[in-house]
Amino acid sequence: MNVMIMGCGRVGARIAGILDQTGHSVTVLDIDAGSFRRLPDGFGGKRALGNAIDGPTLERYGIESMDAFMACTQGDNRNYFASMLAREVYGVRRVLCRIYDPIREEIFREMGLETFSPTSIGAQIMVDMLLKPSDAGRI
Amino acid sequence: MYVIIAGGGKVGYYLAQELIGSNHEVLVIERDGNRVDQIHDELRQNVMRGDGCEARTLDTAGVARADIVAAVTGDDEDNLVVCEIARRRGVARTIARINNPKNELLFKRRGIETTISATQAVLAQIEQELPTHEVIPLLQLNSGLEVLEIKLPETSPVAGRSVREVLLPPESLISLVVDPGGVPRIPSGDTRLSAGDALVVVTRNECVELVREALVGSTHGLDT
Repeated sequence: MNVMIMGCGRVGARIAGILDQTGHSVTVLDIDAGSFRRLPDGFGGKRALGNAIDGPTLERYGIESMDAFMACTQGDNRNYFASMLAREVYGVRRVLCRIYDPIREEIFREMGLETFSPTSIGAQIMVDMLLKPSDAGRI
Repeated sequence: MYVIIAGGGKVGYYLAQELIGSNHEVLVIERDGNRVDQIHDELRQNVMRGDGCEARTLDTAGVARADIVAAVTGDDEDNLVVCEIARRRGVARTIARINNPKNELLFKRRGIETTISATQAVLAQIEQELPTHEVIPLLQLNSGLEVLEIKLPETSPVAGRSVREVLLPPESLISLVVDPGGVPRIPSGDTRLSAGDALVVVTRNECVELVREALVGSTHGLDT
């Protein structure tokens, strides 16, 4: 699968490493060249420097031939904007979008975007760890 | 009318002043506390500190009863999110400021029809000043159509031909012909085109280049 990942933070870099190791063709996009240091040694994918909320930048790195796009920057609105660009303008079939704010996540999910909120999921896991220590402790 | 303005920068601030001057109910939502303090003296109860991208802030602002929500921050992604949430809350009319003209397409795809871009406006003015520009974009219509002004150069392949003989892409038409003396005519099939005529042409967004080729011809031929 051809996958473009927007944002080479801890999560983005980790996803990129896992997908690269499992044989997928990965392009990681970030506005800061220094962020690529987070990628694991031996990473075989493409490091792309640029802003993903700009159509021409996405085109330059081959957005039209991507099977999937994953938005993992710190900014909810940036992630949403780039996800919509990928889906609505460039026709990428699978678009996954990280949204920290649970309320916004719900709204974006209702609009048909595949969203993921580490805030609500993380909070739930921690509550489970506290209240059901025997189950959650094994994660 | 009740107008919510997301973004209290210069655009939002002057917009609010104008609307208040015309006796509309206005609320400016601004994220930056220092900026809120700055404009509070003038706008008083018409400014609120908060993030217009948060549904909760918009709810507190009474978005459900707003007639218009205008998103005028300096970030296109924030403006898109404000408009999307406002529409989910039932606001009939949303207006977005666009900073990067290339983003306009996405706003249109998302159904946000009213977009304003200062960059685009200045660009259009500059393009009108350039004599070498034969094709000037005048107006974007909602349905994927575009209105162009095209000046026929001496080398135009259609100079001396009648409108009937001009081959244009589908859903394109010459709606007005202005002769070099500035006299406008609605063309018929028999209207003869001459170099120096300015044509107002309607076409689909994706056909602009084909229209240019048909009416202006190859512009690169002179560069050899």
